[in-house]
Amino acid sequence: MTPEKLYETLKKLQEPKGYLFNKNRTMVMELMEGLLENKDRYGYMACPCRLASGSQQDDRDIICPCVYREEDVREFGSCYCGLYVSREWNEDKIPHECVPERRPLEKITF
Amino acid sequence: MANVYLYALSTCVHCRNTRQFLDEKNIEYDYVYVDKLSGQEREKAIEEVRKYNPKLSFPTIVIDGDKTIVGLKQDEILEACGK
Repeated sequence: MTPEKLYETLKKLQEPKGYLFNKNRTMVMELMEGLLENKDRYGYMACPCRLASGSQQDDRDIICPCVYREEDVREFGSCYCGLYVSREWNEDKIPHECVPERRPLEKITF
Repeated sequence: MANVYLYALSTCVHCRNTRQFLDEKNIEYDYVYVDKLSGQEREKAIEEVRKYNPKLSFPTIVIDGDKTIVGLKQDEILEACGK
């Protein structure tokens, strides 16, 4: 699957649920590449900005869209890796901050 | 000149932007893509990151072996590098 195809597939799925992609198209396509690379090497689309353990079971909370997206988009207007954002974030009505890692330490296994 | 070391992931856009920022500001640095490592090398790198950044998140930037900055925080990086 190409990054563009993944983008189209996800767009159809996510936008009706109110999740928008980052307006920075270059960044979004790089994240699509990251997701596809993780799919190739681990067998699942681990978040491109988190170190995957290689165990799908252990990493189920960070398989994109991660379980932390909801809270991060609500609090910061953006998910951790910056793929999904709020309308306000995309319209620059809120600051673009670094989203801190919300994942609890006990979930991180290597 | 500050000694800058960057722990990063090859698939992470923030890590890529951090490298670009350091290059643009002519800040010399070494880096490792922890996700590209395996075995002992990977375990050692993970322990190092854990020492500097218990959250084990990326990018983790270590300056002169003691100051740690997590994420592309441009002002903090410039100040820590004396720029």
